Amino acid sequence: MANSLRNALMAAVLTAVIVTPVFGLQLVRQGARTLMEPRWDLVALACAAVFAFQLLRPWLARPFAGLKLPTLPAAPTGGRRWVPALLIAAAVVWPFFGGRSEVDIATLVLIYVMLGLGLNIVVGFAGLLDLGFVGFYAVGAYTYALLYHWAGWGFWEALPLSGAMAALFGFVLGFPVLRLRGDYLAIVTLGFGEIIRLLLINLNWATGGPDGISGIPKPSVFGFEMARRASTEGGTTFHDLMGWTFNTQHMVVYLYLMALALALVTLFVSNRLIRMPVGRAWEALREDEIACRSLGLNPTRIKLSAFTLGAMFAGFGGAFFAARQGLVNPESFTFIESALILAIVVLGGMGSQMGVILAAILLTVLPEVAREFAEYRMLLFGLVMVLMMMWRPQGLLPMKRPHVELGPGGQAREGESAPAGAVP
Amino acid sequence: MSAAVDSIAPGADAGPAGVPAVGGPGQGQDGQGRSQGAGAQSPLLEVSGLSMRFGGLLAVDSVGFEVRRDEVFAIIGPNGAGKTTVFNCVGGFYKPTAGSIAMDGADITGLPSHRVARHGLVRTFQNVRLFKQLTVLENLLVAQHTQVESRLLPGLLKLKSYRAAEAAALQRAARWLDFMGLRDYANREAGNLAYGHQRRLEIARCMITRPRLLMLDEPAAGLNPHEKQDLQGLIDRLRREFGVAVLLIEHDMSLVMGISDRILVMEHGKPLALGEPAQIRSDPRVIKAYLGEE
Repeated sequence: MANSLRNALMAAVLTAVIVTPVFGLQLVRQGARTLMEPRWDLVALACAAVFAFQLLRPWLARPFAGLKLPTLPAAPTGGRRWVPALLIAAAVVWPFFGGRSEVDIATLVLIYVMLGLGLNIVVGFAGLLDLGFVGFYAVGAYTYALLYHWAGWGFWEALPLSGAMAALFGFVLGFPVLRLRGDYLAIVTLGFGEIIRLLLINLNWATGGPDGISGIPKPSVFGFEMARRASTEGGTTFHDLMGWTFNTQHMVVYLYLMALALALVTLFVSNRLIRMPVGRAWEALREDEIACRSLGLNPTRIKLSAFTLGAMFAGFGGAFFAARQGLVNPESFTFIESALILAIVVLGGMGSQMGVILAAILLTVLPEVAREFAEYRMLLFGLVMVLMMMWRPQGLLPMKRPHVELGPGGQAREGESAPAGAVP
Repeated sequence: MSAAVDSIAPGADAGPAGVPAVGGPGQGQDGQGRSQGAGAQSPLLEVSGLSMRFGGLLAVDSVGFEVRRDEVFAIIGPNGAGKTTVFNCVGGFYKPTAGSIAMDGADITGLPSHRVARHGLVRTFQNVRLFKQLTVLENLLVAQHTQVESRLLPGLLKLKSYRAAEAAALQRAARWLDFMGLRDYANREAGNLAYGHQRRLEIARCMITRPRLLMLDEPAAGLNPHEKQDLQGLIDRLRREFGVAVLLIEHDMSLVMGISDRILVMEHGKPLALGEPAQIRSDPRVIKAYLGEE
């Protein structure tokens, strides 16, 4: 009894501390003046409510004693071979029957899938906490935008260069920085993301400053524009070529399919990488850097490869983003974006590609569906994160490490294993 | 099992050129080494005037020794004598304050550890440092990183050269697992192995990099008497079949005395005595350091 009284008292005091600045000190505007109007009655009410609830909690909880919190279903083990093929087929066919806005949202999802898979290489595979990932995304987007603006390049010519440019930035930044560990690395990468954004705002002459660059053309189809009219005299547009009537839906579907192709390439490459020597080295480095060094593995080089490859995929994603939006400005590349991509990786399960895809879908589609709650978006976001950490700290679909197995005859065999402690 | 071992034994897998693959343990070898000549008879590892200072503490004070090819050289001493610090300096984990370290004539003083390792100088750790979440097999594959095809494109496209390199790496790993008697655990997570097996895996992981000098930091710590016996046999076989020299830190005196060709005794960071096991055992200074004054 004394215990629960003390508990209730503490809770009431904490409530007072939290509630006072929110309700207690309200600012009221009277004409030109702003007055501070303390509402102590509200604070007292909140404290009383919390006090009473905490005091009575043991009695209130009694009827719910048998009630269990719902748990997430265990992650499925061992997928069948035809499932991915079926999913890909569905993803290809679906947009032809979908509505315009749905396909548009799906395209956005695919951009985040690409970014999530890219960051997954850095954070999930190599274990390097990168909070400035959006910086490479921005580099990719601006590379295409600037190449178009100053040299008139099209999307397809600019795409490889966007990836290469982002990779170069990753390499140059990574070189001095990757000697740092854990928290220090996170802080420096965070700073790097912001530096890129500030550069884009302030290099007015080149990047257009805060207004950015607009009028960026959409990708062509094998050199044929997908527009109502050809931009050059006598040019042939795609719908002319095919004998269709022009429909803006075509462009939406085309963009979707392209994003799908890029996301699939990213998935394929990262899927191969983790099975290759470099992937093994990333994982080994994540586990024990000193042991790696003692075996002759150069940690800086291995980390750099993860950082550079991750940045490259962000660059591809950025170029596509610029083409889809038709305009880039620094506002699209704030820290919140980095946090969102990181949340996708963590929520999905670090290192788990399927998890990252699932999380990208959830975190992009849910806010679109719940537009009425836009004001509470960050609140809900936080709530989801807290619940995830309680229920499944290792992510929605925890990483199953693919590895080679030694068969009885000494030949290689593909295997998968859940990491220790993955079963909740 | 021994057939599999023979196929990896001298030449095929282990032997860096110029290292005598055969050589019996014991006095004959020692006698040869003492008449330090040029060429193949020159020492493998030369440490001279090595000092390491941490702030006000002089952990290692002008230590010098040589490890000959195909020799088991042990460093012993009471706790805090600076043995592991010497190891860390030689392995490139610390940058020594003074002194020089040369591996087969090449100066490796102050090189970062991953470059030291490429000179054929690999170590185990006092507290086993395996990649715990990787499988036993993968631990051995990672260790071959400097030898396999690690370029990206051949791997992404699964080119022939890549597949051949991977298959060869897998074969080498499989043979080492057989050698260590760990074949049955190949696909287990390394962190789940019994402690004695973890120790053996760590040694295998070193050996698969084809070292010329194997540095073992208290390899018998935490092993039961039976496992210690096995370890002694293992070190002996590694030295005989793979021509690897061994630099050893160990507290277990029966192991040290039974296997070492020469022993360096350290106390308070300074070298106290250097010699063959019999000499060390009867050295009054060593007895005093270990047992105190009468």
